Amino acid sequence: MAGLELLSDQGYRVDGRRAGELRKIQARMGVFAQADGSAYIEQGNTKALAVVYGPHEIRGSRARALPDRALVNCQYSSATFSTGERKRRPHGDRKSCEMGLQLRQTFEAAILTQLHPRSQIDIYVQVLQADGGTYAACVNAATLAVLDAGIPMRDFVCACSAGFVDGTALADLSHVEEAAGGPQLALALLPASGQIALLEMDARLHEDHLERVLEAAAQAARDVHTLLDLVVRQHVREASILLGD
Amino acid sequence: MGEEKLIASVAGSVERVNKLICVKALKTRYIGEVGDIVVGRITEVQQKRWKVETNSRLDSVLLLSSMNLPGGELRRRSAEDELAMRGYLQEGDLISAEVQAVFSDGAVSLHTRSLKYGKLGQGVLVQVSPSLVKRQKTHFHDLPCGASVILGNNGFIWIYPTPEHKEEEAGGFMANLEPVSLADREVISRLRNCIVSLVTQRMMLYDTSILYCYEASLPHQIKDILKPEIMEEIVMETRQRLLEQEG
Repeated sequence: MAGLELLSDQGYRVDGRRAGELRKIQARMGVFAQADGSAYIEQGNTKALAVVYGPHEIRGSRARALPDRALVNCQYSSATFSTGERKRRPHGDRKSCEMGLQLRQTFEAAILTQLHPRSQIDIYVQVLQADGGTYAACVNAATLAVLDAGIPMRDFVCACSAGFVDGTALADLSHVEEAAGGPQLALALLPASGQIALLEMDARLHEDHLERVLEAAAQAARDVHTLLDLVVRQHVREASILLGD
Repeated sequence: MGEEKLIASVAGSVERVNKLICVKALKTRYIGEVGDIVVGRITEVQQKRWKVETNSRLDSVLLLSSMNLPGGELRRRSAEDELAMRGYLQEGDLISAEVQAVFSDGAVSLHTRSLKYGKLGQGVLVQVSPSLVKRQKTHFHDLPCGASVILGNNGFIWIYPTPEHKEEEAGGFMANLEPVSLADREVISRLRNCIVSLVTQRMMLYDTSILYCYEASLPHQIKDILKPEIMEEIVMETRQRLLEQEG
């Protein structure tokens, strides 16, 4: 889009944020009573819902059971009304499968699967409104849902996207910034140890800039962790009060 | 990780006993312990055992040899018994059983070696989180309001009409298919709604709390109990009564 400057001279982005500033995050745990764990997150205008079932016995083919670990099964789905133009997405299309696979890799790294041999954990994520950073919102929502289900995890998994414009690394890209065509990176981090669960980029970025963009994304993920930690503590506190502990 | 910091792997409440620190998650699947009463649904009929779904990590196992057969307890299980397994319990049947043993991977082995366990007949099943069922001496209650309830430790709660006379059932297989009267059905529906409202407000479930909630809900219509405002009111009243009773 000619004339749309993603980063102004004073350092403000299109929506008025600074380079390293995140969008407003609001999250809730335990939204569905029927599921083992559920969570809803809003990152700016991106809204994602995650539901977790498990660990439970493997349904369907018994042969897929792993004798020493749990099987993590992720499914990603995007609502037809989630983007600007209403678009019907068939269930098994490439983007959904790829996202599902990425989510699976992310959570296999974080969930302590050795504690639940021969069982299956299902994570279903649905994007209700996509305004950039959908992978990050999905991972954050799924982390909260897994915690709500009481499944032991190595650490939180916090994710954020990052881009690079005019020599500055931007954190938490919105749809406008993503559509502008610059390089963008999605990072999922385990904050306590600083280990990277998943790093994804499919654009071209000069290796000199990689360090900065990675650092911006990592810092943003740590900020997300602070917020998610607060949400979890709040939720546990409310539930304990109701139980009368 | 070089620092000496302890990080919990679940979100929940901390319990500390001397040097043992334990974090109990808010809600988990059922974790079996020997002696628990569970209510489960048969999912599979295998060679010498049934697989029972009990809201736990793995399906529980009910061995043919742990099941009461008509003809006395000490009869040796023969090949005909194996072939007739489906005649006793089919996929989809509900049973009440007791946990006999827990395997190393967490799967639970059940037994129904008493006349009070066995196949369940007509009634209503309510599925709640296992952490909300209080551990008590007995989990089979005959409530004075006219229905009976089985509070399974695995979170499956079975409400059924109180049988008129304690007949000598054949190991609990004969399901009573007589039509249940309207008054009994209303009592059971009201109890079910009361349990759902207690669970929504995260109160522990045991016979006294259910009974108090039932009595607090009597002025309202059965279908109104599920409305959020009325739910809060009823549960508040129940909480007060329970506090008065304890204090």
